[in-house]
Amino acid sequence: MSAPTETALGLTESRSIGGRVAKAVTYALVLVVFAGPLLALLVGAFNHVKDPTQLSLIPSGATLDNFRTAFDQGVLKYLLNSFFVVGFGLLLQVAVSVLAGYALARKKFRGMTVVMVAILATLMLPEEILAIPLSLILADLPVVHFNLIGTLAGMIVPLGAWAFSILVMTEFMKDVPRELEEAARIDGAGDLRIFAQIILPMCKPALGVIGVFGFTMIWDQYLLPLLVATNSSSYTLPLALRTLRIDPSVTPGVVMAASLLALLPSVVVFLFFQRSFVQGLTSGALKG
Amino acid sequence: MSVDQVRPSANGSAAPSVRPPAGRPAKSRTRHSRRAGRWWTPWLFLAPALILFLYFKFIPMANAITMSFQDVQPYLGNKWVGTDNYATVLTSDGFREAAWHTIVLAVGQTTGCLVLGLALALLMEGQSRRLGVIRSAAFLPVVVPIAVVAELWRIMYHPTGDGMINSLLGLVGSGPSGFINDPHTSMASIMVTGIWRGAPYDMMIFLAGLGSVDRGLYEAAKVDGASRLQRVRYVTIPGLRSVFSILFILAAIRGLRVFTEVFLLTNGGPDGSTEVVMTLIYKLGLEQNRLGVGAAGAVLLFLATLVLTVCVHLFRRRGNE
Repeated sequence: MSAPTETALGLTESRSIGGRVAKAVTYALVLVVFAGPLLALLVGAFNHVKDPTQLSLIPSGATLDNFRTAFDQGVLKYLLNSFFVVGFGLLLQVAVSVLAGYALARKKFRGMTVVMVAILATLMLPEEILAIPLSLILADLPVVHFNLIGTLAGMIVPLGAWAFSILVMTEFMKDVPRELEEAARIDGAGDLRIFAQIILPMCKPALGVIGVFGFTMIWDQYLLPLLVATNSSSYTLPLALRTLRIDPSVTPGVVMAASLLALLPSVVVFLFFQRSFVQGLTSGALKG
Repeated sequence: MSVDQVRPSANGSAAPSVRPPAGRPAKSRTRHSRRAGRWWTPWLFLAPALILFLYFKFIPMANAITMSFQDVQPYLGNKWVGTDNYATVLTSDGFREAAWHTIVLAVGQTTGCLVLGLALALLMEGQSRRLGVIRSAAFLPVVVPIAVVAELWRIMYHPTGDGMINSLLGLVGSGPSGFINDPHTSMASIMVTGIWRGAPYDMMIFLAGLGSVDRGLYEAAKVDGASRLQRVRYVTIPGLRSVFSILFILAAIRGLRVFTEVFLLTNGGPDGSTEVVMTLIYKLGLEQNRLGVGAAGAVLLFLATLVLTVCVHLFRRRGNE
């Protein structure tokens, strides 16, 4: 083994049969524990699961009945609600973050430190703690007096205030070379043009990180939709799972079919954009 | 516009190529404004963020603090009650129990995630493609929405002997356990679910940290005849110290604010054996409409996270000196 690929445990060094078997067994165990339950969910969604005791890893007679029943229960509408929230929520979040990031990274102005500290401080402010006052504010927005309770907009607008994305954009935009901007400025380009045509196109990796990370974060949201949704017409899919489960006429198989639909988008996004995701994860953790 | 187009005008002082754009007074071509633009330009870019942060972070936080000193009655007007809400919260058995449960859950999950996450990272460190696939598969629980995790584990925790996990326990001759339906095991069951979802996250961060441990030290340890475990104990773990403290803060805060998994798995039951601070606040504030008392609980929870974060930072700074 050469030095660069050396690992802490040095497992790759084991060449004996016993060592190899032990390694294979360990990896199999890890897969069963962490991926097994998800596989059981996948199988259950396509099986006739009438009660929870029938959950198994072995498929028997695949059927789409669970999905059919789930759609009869309005799951398609909940899924569309979820996509609506994640689509517009992410759009708003990214737009707000790149604009703020441009000002914080490329400008020097009085009060910048205060703004930066105020935004950073909200990283330590879990939304759970704000739940009660937030629900009151959404019921009657100060100054404009809109009531967003019971609307999907109420789940979308608060997503715009997301410090992590602003932080990532600011850090990344700081590294775009000054010369490009100076040159454009001499040619008479305004700030909006410099932002849109020079800085933004160079920030694709950072946009990937905040996009992927924002998507999974919004898709995972539970408390905010719970505060805002008043009846089933504004439920997102994660919220609807509980209602489905409580309904005695709905079998666990149907709940699993709906759960599968609820987990697929974020799993697909993760698998496709794994690199951006892990990048965001580590940079987020090392900054937070 | 490309850089090449711009460069000649930057070098040469040929007047035609640097004519001011239409509609803009010649004054704005001074060096100052060319560098910095107008004073309000950055604020224009910041405006959407500032408005949203004001509405959904700062005003709610300020309201949480004022509400915690008030008897909140929507439409009737709020009454100032001083520290009564805090007294109510701190003297109520329900809140004390919930605080205790929250701490137990946070400590258990944080420890479990750190230990298991480190073990997974050590096991799956390496460059081969096969390992990469296994890592991705093990990481999946992190990206599954928490609501799905809760519903899935509810089914797996089915309390009869035929339930998924109970039948596995039956194979080794133990169980059946009531899991989330039994007050003795409900808390541990929530903890296991939390660790299942949290450990792969810690694993990913540990893996990033493992990559930055000095390889030369491994070589040196090998030359000195250190065993594998000694190598991990004396080289790897000290090298991961900053990663540990970051993960500790993240996990502890995540633990203190725990809501969704408890809400969906047990909603505080059975017999209040899993009631945590956030589920209690949710019940007080949004189901019973005792908003002031709920707000006081939330402010206390915020102070707890703040104190914890500051302590860990101080501890880290001392450790680094």
